[in-house]
This record gives sequence, structure tokens and C-alpha cells, in this order.
Amino acid sequence: MTERPDIQTDPDRSGTLVATGDWRIDAVGGRPFSAGAMSGDATELDATAVDRLDSVGALLLLQAAEQVGIDPGGIVLREEHRPLIEAVIAAAGSSEPEPDPEATWVSFLAHVGEVTTSFGGGFKLFLGFLGLGMTSLVRTAFRPSQWRITSTVHHMEQTGLNALPLVLLLSFLIGAVIAYLGATVLKEFGAELFVVDLITIAFFREMGVLVTAIIVAGRTASAFTAQIGTMKSREEIDAMRTLGLDPFVLLVMPRLVALLVMLPILAAAATLAGMAGGMTVSAFSLGIGFDLFMSRIHETLDLRHYLVGLVKAPLFAIVIALIGCLEGFKVTGTAQSVGEHTTSAVVQSISLVIVINALAAVFFMEVGW
Amino acid sequence: MVTDQERTLDPVVKVQGLRNQFGSTVVHQGLDLDVRRGEILGVVGGSGSGKSVLMRAILGLRPPQAGTIEVLGERIDQGASAHSLLRRRTGVLFQDGALFSSLTVRENVEVPIKTHYPDMPAALRRDLARLKIRMVGLSASAGAKLPSELSGGMRKRAGLARALAVDPELLFLDEPTAGLDPIGAAAFDQLLVTLSQALGLTVFLITHDLDTLYAICDRVAVIGDGRIIVTGPLSEVENFEHEWVQDYFHGPRARAANQADRAGS
Repeated sequence: MTERPDIQTDPDRSGTLVATGDWRIDAVGGRPFSAGAMSGDATELDATAVDRLDSVGALLLLQAAEQVGIDPGGIVLREEHRPLIEAVIAAAGSSEPEPDPEATWVSFLAHVGEVTTSFGGGFKLFLGFLGLGMTSLVRTAFRPSQWRITSTVHHMEQTGLNALPLVLLLSFLIGAVIAYLGATVLKEFGAELFVVDLITIAFFREMGVLVTAIIVAGRTASAFTAQIGTMKSREEIDAMRTLGLDPFVLLVMPRLVALLVMLPILAAAATLAGMAGGMTVSAFSLGIGFDLFMSRIHETLDLRHYLVGLVKAPLFAIVIALIGCLEGFKVTGTAQSVGEHTTSAVVQSISLVIVINALAAVFFMEVGW
Repeated sequence: MVTDQERTLDPVVKVQGLRNQFGSTVVHQGLDLDVRRGEILGVVGGSGSGKSVLMRAILGLRPPQAGTIEVLGERIDQGASAHSLLRRRTGVLFQDGALFSSLTVRENVEVPIKTHYPDMPAALRRDLARLKIRMVGLSASAGAKLPSELSGGMRKRAGLARALAVDPELLFLDEPTAGLDPIGAAAFDQLLVTLSQALGLTVFLITHDLDTLYAICDRVAVIGDGRIIVTGPLSEVENFEHEWVQDYFHGPRARAANQADRAGS
């Protein structure tokens, strides 16, 4: 019953091709249709012997007819197949050429150009956003009616409190690793005690705030972008504007303020956790007890070390919050766009945090703080 | 008791005793529904009456709490892996088209072809995708566009092209004319009739659009109170004694649609 679709020259009627079999997608399926026996000067295509037909079959039938130069109207069909063929002919008739895709090298060059110009544009946009952030911060600071306290506290919980366990754990482990590292090197000089100096200086000046900033950049910048981006794609931002609300004050300020408050606190916690990690390793594998550790800290640590570390925290907070929000506002419509900008926010904020940290380290060393 | 008539109208979809609930909210309770081969069945009901949930249950996207669902003679239940054959024989148009946003329209239409017929030569696949795109009334140049570059009506048409890509026997449509202008909606209705006749489709159509009901549906099923209140041809359903059904079919908008249909035919 269901044979392979086939076209043969009718032995009895010259100039007539006969199509037989099951012309449906399952039968035609993977196999390209072979027009082997379609030679000759056929003028008519008899498809009444076709058992079943669907649009793939109809397409192939028409293509076969075209190959041998038979007019689509000259195909003889069963009555029940006629509407389908007519629909396919109507659709195929209105054919217009599909625009050619650009050559690969053209689109590659265009992409390079686009990325290059977007660098400059992106930096300008960030500077503008930074300015907007700073002026709004100052402006709203004196207008308590514009403070979004509930929202700010919510974001403090999300970005600060909820990140605390992760920050503590990772800082503890990094502190432990640094202690091991120091111990391995310093043991050869018999100067194990300097492990304490190493950990103290490292965590108070650099690692505490840096580790925190990197974790928060990965965790929070992406969240900000995804939240604002989803709102943007659902036209919530436009809705706010039409209601006379300033999305910047409503969305960016609470996030910025929350991070400004929470990042230094997280950094302080991270510093303590890192010290605890170092202390644990010192106690168990170097034999430096708690008392010795503490007294060594007192000898090493100045307030300036801590301030040099802490002063960077608000800077990182601003960078992370603004990049996260800015990328969110750049989202256009689709879910893919949300994903792209979320990635971009994380990459940008982590890179900027590390770059700023490096510049600050050089600066503070040169100044001699 | 099965009469001959019922046998010839063998159900393509057979839902029996369906029960769906979210937490303590019962959406469906003892819902029975048959969709017959070759018909366009319109499913209507108030907002939140569970039309979309019913469709998701039939499609196997949501396991029901109780009841049996048969589609094209196969039981839909959990664990039946992917129902590959079933997926090939059914097409779905979601409310906003649900096109894959990272692919162009033509690539979207090619996805089901590629999935179900990986051996099909690329040229034929492309021709077939182009054919479907033009069959739903889009221009060929729309094939190269991303879904985000299309209007809502064009997205629906593109979604329909994807649903029809591998010539399904059974088509599910979730509010196909919602959000279209009246001219676009009427054109879409006409397109559905043409395609369902040409391709011999069975259509399960969720709609709020009274014009669509009057224009193209062979039968109507009214869903409410967690079950199907009544099914039948529109003329019977209209006169069914039930408060919501009466309000629905005899409200001001229904009268207008009814008159328009009478005037048109």
C-alpha cells in the first residue's frame, strides 16, 4: 500500500509520466528523491496513482514537474489532493529572492568595527552613567522623601547578608592557602613567623576587599543586570516613565546605596575570615599559637594598612552597581539579550575591579602608605 | 455503546476524568473531552478557567493529578520518552509564537524538520521551510529576520509555519488571534481554514475571539467549573442553559459577531 514515491514514464502513453507511491514526509524523509526515470520529452504528469500526499510530497512533485518542463497546471491529480497542490503552488508562485547573507569576511570586518566603536561608546556611556549616579546620590541625599528605604534594605539583604556565608568561606580558604604558601617558602629561611606578616598585610591591604569585590561582582552585578534587563524587556521601565517615576532613582539608587553600605562590611568580614584561615593553618601545621599570632599582628599592623584596603571598597561598590545597572538598561527585548548583557556585566565589573585594584596598589606603594 | 457514527468520527484526542491542581487550587476536576479527526474545535472559557492548562496537559508538558489522555491513539503519561512520533504528528502554536529568539525565522521553521528528519538534504529542508513561510502568508524576506524584528502578527504566522513544518495531523493553537488587529485576525482565521482543508488538519483552538468561533470552528467546547460544560456545534452551544454560556454567547459582543457572520454567509 505505502510504496516509495516514484516517477516512471508510462509505457502505454508516450509523453506521460506517472507518479506512484506514498508522497509523504515519512516516505520521502531522509532520502533525496531520485528522478532517474524522468528522461524523455514528457508533457504530462499523472499523479492520480499517488496514494497519499503532504506538502513535502507536493513540493517534490512540483519540483519534478519543473525539472522536465511541465507546467504545474498540467499535473493530473486526484480530487482530494487538489487543494493542497493549489496551496503549495500559490505559495511558491509568490516567490521573491531571499536576500543573500553577507559574505563572511564582510560581516567579520563589520563585527570588528562594531566592537571597536562600541568600546569608546561604552566607556562614554559608563562615564555618563557615573555622573548621573553621583549627582542623583547627592541630590537625593538631602531629600529623604526620595529615599527608597524598603527597596534599599531589600537589596542590602540580597547583596550583603545573603552573600556573607560565601564570602566568609572563600576568604577563609584563601587565607589558609596563602598561609601554606608562605610557610613553604619561609620555612627554608627559618622565618615561619613571617607568615603572620604575610597574611596580615595581604588581607588587610588587598585580599579582603578584592576577594569580596570579585565575589560580589560575579554574584550581584549579574543579578542587577538580569533584574533590570527583564524589567526593560517587559516594558516596566517605560511604564515607570509614563507614571512620572524616575527609573534611575527607583532602580539604581537603592542598589547603589545598598552596595556602598554592604561592600565595606563584607570586606571587613572577609578580612577577618581570611585571618582566621591563616591562623588555623599556622596553629595546626606551623606551631604558631594564637597568642603568638595575635602579638605578631600587633607588631605588624598599622591603621594605614587597613585604611588602604578599606578605601577601595566604596569605589568597587560604585563600579559593580553601576555596571550591573547600566548593562540592564542596555537590554533590548529578547531573552538572549538579557543573557548577553548579564555576561558582559560580570566580565566588565570583575575586570574593572582587578584593574582598579592594581592601579591603587601601585599608587599606594609609590606614595609610601 | 458505540454507534457507527461515533466510530467514523474517531477521536484524535481523548481526555477522560482529567484532574489538574496547583497546590490546593483545583483547575480541572473530572474533565472529559474528545477532539474528532478533521474538525476545528474551539475551546472557550473565562480567564483562569484552565484552557491553557488543558492544552499543556494534552501536550504532556504538565503531568495531571488524575485521568487519562490519549492523543492519536497513544497514552500521554510520564516516562513515555519524549513521545517522538507524537511530537512529529502534532504542531503547537503558543500565544506569542514562542519562536527561538536566537534563530532566524527560517531556521526556526527548520528546527522541527531537522529534529525529526535529520537525513533530509539541506536544500530540500530549506525549500520546505521557505514553502511553509510563504504558505502562512509571510514574504520570503521575512525568513532571514530574527523574531525580535517582526511584528506580533508576523511572529504568530512564523510560529504557525514552525508548527506546520513537518505536516502534523493535529494542530494546537493558543489564542492565535489575540493581539491582532481585526483585519489581521480575519486573515489569520481564513489562513487556518485554508491550511486545515489543504493539509487535512485537526485543530484544537483556544480562543477568546468570538469572530473566530463563528467564522471557522466546527464545534465548540465550553470549559468552566473545572470541567467541560458543553460541547457541540455552535448553534447548539449557544442555546445551552448555563449562565456563563448564555452571557458569553448572548452578550453585546457576541451579538455583533453573530450578526456579522450571518451577514457574511
